Amino acid sequence: MDILLLAIGAALVNNVILSQFLGLCPFLGVSKSVNTATGMGAAVIFVMTIASAATSIIYYGILERFGLEYLNTIVFILVIAALVQFVEMFLKKKVKSLYESLGVYLPLITTNCAVLGIAISNVQEGYTIFQSIVNGFGSAFGFTIAIVILAGIREKLEYSPIPESFKGTPIVLITSGLMAIAFFGFSGLI
Amino acid sequence: MTEIMIAAAVVCGVGIVIGILLGVAGEKFKVEVDPKEVAVRELLPGNNCGGCGFPGCDGLAAAIAKGEMPPSACPVGGEAVAEAISKALGIENTETARYVAFVKCAGDCEKAKDVYEYVGPKSCVLAQNNPNGGPKACTYGCTGYGSCKAVCEFDAIDIIDGIAVINKDKCKACGKCIEACPRNLIELVPYDAEHLVRCNSHDRGLDVKAACSAGCIGCSLCAKNCEASAITMDKNLAHIDAEKCNNCGVCKQKCPVKIIT
Repeated sequence: MDILLLAIGAALVNNVILSQFLGLCPFLGVSKSVNTATGMGAAVIFVMTIASAATSIIYYGILERFGLEYLNTIVFILVIAALVQFVEMFLKKKVKSLYESLGVYLPLITTNCAVLGIAISNVQEGYTIFQSIVNGFGSAFGFTIAIVILAGIREKLEYSPIPESFKGTPIVLITSGLMAIAFFGFSGLI
Repeated sequence: MTEIMIAAAVVCGVGIVIGILLGVAGEKFKVEVDPKEVAVRELLPGNNCGGCGFPGCDGLAAAIAKGEMPPSACPVGGEAVAEAISKALGIENTETARYVAFVKCAGDCEKAKDVYEYVGPKSCVLAQNNPNGGPKACTYGCTGYGSCKAVCEFDAIDIIDGIAVINKDKCKACGKCIEACPRNLIELVPYDAEHLVRCNSHDRGLDVKAACSAGCIGCSLCAKNCEASAITMDKNLAHIDAEKCNNCGVCKQKCPVKIIT
């Protein structure tokens, strides 16, 4: 039950984008069409779940043992970057279809701050390895929900008469602000 | 001091271990790329336009290397590229007919009547949201705001006198304009097709005449007089089958509204 609450809390209440403001770059950059947004979301779910597992194993296995908790940022970014590279190589060889459907989004995630942010918040909250994986998956799922919804809205916006000065990024930022207010309603959920 | 040493050692250690692992994985998961595929990819234009039906030049290169597609499958490269590829692969170059895009409308500013003045954004897609789908009286014809011109990567479309005109020699038949046109006015026709109907209106003759002086009124004179029976009538609109057409030119002479080129 706690695990379920943790996942829902990560996905909706503490949505990475709309309440923690992490990973805004892909949120604005790859949300032009629902298809690409779904691809990006799938790639983030994939990487964030694995990265949560790998970083918490390294944290508890190495950093905590030597009393080096303060090094977590630098080690995590190293681990995440290497992990994404490894996963990319592995998928290219073994699961070609998944590699092709994730496409260019997989390497893009290497430097996504949402992935690092979740890895760090996992250890700050003192989650166990299993809890970290659930939190990582839930957060990534929340990311996917938010980016797909925004992409759907943006597809409709294409055909709306937007005032000249709001065209492009401004209207997207306003839209995401309104979405954040809507997601704020989830805060009483848990 | 020792703490710094430990910290440095741990980070270095992690870095070295990850580096070695990645290096080993790189060797182990190396994907063998067909050298033929690389050679073909280098010969393709690299626009990634998708005109061949594959998502990009890489996809087509793989298909050509495997023999699934002929060397002439790239519509952009044309004969020169097809020849180079077939030479590189040592296979025979099979000719494919060259196609070009064609706009089925001749209703320029002078011939097509406007029903109101339009001051909105110059985009065919956006103009579609307005009454009548734009200011022109004809709801089938070219609105002339150049949504097709905007997507053309080869600078082959010009908006002349309110309608899109395709430059046959620059057109690579990639098909982007066909998708962009909200009124589905553009189709691919053989490069050497001489006689084509420059109208898309399915309205009855009377309505067509009221909207545009260059519209097919559906009189079917062309169809009746065609020696090769290449012309069919579909809902008050003549259509010439380029495969059957023998370029005799009778239809052009018979057409009372002079919309057959």
